Amino acid sequence: MSATAMSIDKPAAPASEKWKPAPAAPDVQVVEKKSVSAGRRQRAGAVLAAALRLLLPPILGLAAFVGIWALVSKSSPQLPGPAVVFQAAVTLFADPFYRNGPNDQGIGWNILFSLERVGIGFGLAALVGIPAGFLIGRFKFLADMAAPIVSLLRPVSPLAWLPIGLLVFKAANPAAIWVIFISSIWPMIINTAVGVQRIPQDYLNVARVLNLPESKVFAKILFPAVLPYMMTGVRLSIGVAWLVIVAAEMLTGGVGLGFWVWDEWNNLKVENIIIAIFVVGLIGLLLEQALVMLAKRFSYE
Amino acid sequence: MKKMVQIENVGMTFNTKNGPFTALRDINLAIHEAECVSLIGHSGCGKSTLLNLIAGLTRPTSGVLLANGREVAGPGPDRGVVFQNHSLLPWLTCYDNVYLAVERVFGAREGKAKLKARTSAALALVGLTHAEAKFPQEISGGMKQRVGIARALSMEPKILLLDEPFGALDALTRANLQDELMNVMEATGATVVMVTHDVDEAVLLSDRVVMMTNGPAATIGEVLEVKLPWPRERLKLANDPVFTAGRAAVLEFLHHKHLRRAA
Repeated sequence: MSATAMSIDKPAAPASEKWKPAPAAPDVQVVEKKSVSAGRRQRAGAVLAAALRLLLPPILGLAAFVGIWALVSKSSPQLPGPAVVFQAAVTLFADPFYRNGPNDQGIGWNILFSLERVGIGFGLAALVGIPAGFLIGRFKFLADMAAPIVSLLRPVSPLAWLPIGLLVFKAANPAAIWVIFISSIWPMIINTAVGVQRIPQDYLNVARVLNLPESKVFAKILFPAVLPYMMTGVRLSIGVAWLVIVAAEMLTGGVGLGFWVWDEWNNLKVENIIIAIFVVGLIGLLLEQALVMLAKRFSYE
Repeated sequence: MKKMVQIENVGMTFNTKNGPFTALRDINLAIHEAECVSLIGHSGCGKSTLLNLIAGLTRPTSGVLLANGREVAGPGPDRGVVFQNHSLLPWLTCYDNVYLAVERVFGAREGKAKLKARTSAALALVGLTHAEAKFPQEISGGMKQRVGIARALSMEPKILLLDEPFGALDALTRANLQDELMNVMEATGATVVMVTHDVDEAVLLSDRVVMMTNGPAATIGEVLEVKLPWPRERLKLANDPVFTAGRAAVLEFLHHKHLRRAA
């Protein structure tokens, strides 16, 4: 059967169809049927082996973790084992968005409120930190001015900022957002500034030789060159922000994962605390991965 | 003939951590319109510094530089620069890299269609029409350098400054690009100043070879006039007495009179 005959068989196919190579020409396949299917099986086997090599170690690691956890929980009765926690998780996630008053809300609400705080605090930090990083990187005088402040304040434990927030904002929620803001701003300032300082002199020479105006220098040279550094800062920052939110919410209360952990501790529902730990870890992982993908999208190398 | 570049008593002293460092002293040179002059010398002799001074990327600490009759106060579109390592912006396609220069020089006076035509023409001049949409990291070193040349040429500069333009390329690619550069020089009639450490390249491409003494405090040692007619053909010149004599003179200068002690 020729390619033209095939296109007559299928009149609905687009015109370009007949120009495609036709590996499915049956008269050829009859002769080579055996070897083709064997090759296909071989290829499938290779794919399976590769998938196994990729997936086996993490699966084994997780299994070992769950096994050790089960053993430990056997010897210490207060710590719920994997099975108990799984049961609790099933009931918990069966109804994630219930509301029984301000202090008893579903896990979904807790996650969303935590994410909202992180989003606002981190967003404000990006809004302030990235432009500040650009200015510090571009002007040596500003860098020298900022250096002592940054070195002094960056190592401060995030929660040390909470009383200041409570004092200034006189409310728990803005204080929690303030803690996120102040602890996640540093990586963005520092990485952006380093990125600006490390722009290869060649690119700046191009700008000078072409006599580009400052706006073009920013759009065509500064911003694209700094973007990878900036994205690293953003990634580190979101990690810090998510790290800090649980501790901040434990102290400030309201709806949120941190508050929920503390509440379940008071209720002595340890299985829910373990679920919270997994949820926090999983969401942190997802946030990080999302930003890694975003960073890849913007990298030019 | 009109003098396109005049360098008068130029000296350059850098302030380093170990005190002042004199890179260049007492440089005097005049380059005429449509002339090709190459600067040759051992590495560290300040030949790139001299080119940067003509480009306006650095200012001399003494003396005066004139380009096209006006004092060099900074970089300008009348002087196109081809950098040693091509210096293309990796986030822009070859076309956009050239367009950036075209837009800057002609954007105020000409419409978009004209700017696009200029960009395409510049890339066509170096034979890269097929690679317009590619990013710098997708093309070879020789092609990158050609885009760099196209970018410099697209500004229609009166003076073309090349800083070891073919230094990082293999011998065959280098020969191709040298031939292409000769064609471009003939087609555009630009004045060319080229830094090189390749003796053959210097003699083949130049009307005059400016030989520089070793640094620190380097200056012009000798100037060789290459009295070969244009257009020049590499193969025919291989045994040409004028060419071989020129070559020998430059080698003599570099290896006998100013041999660099092994570092």
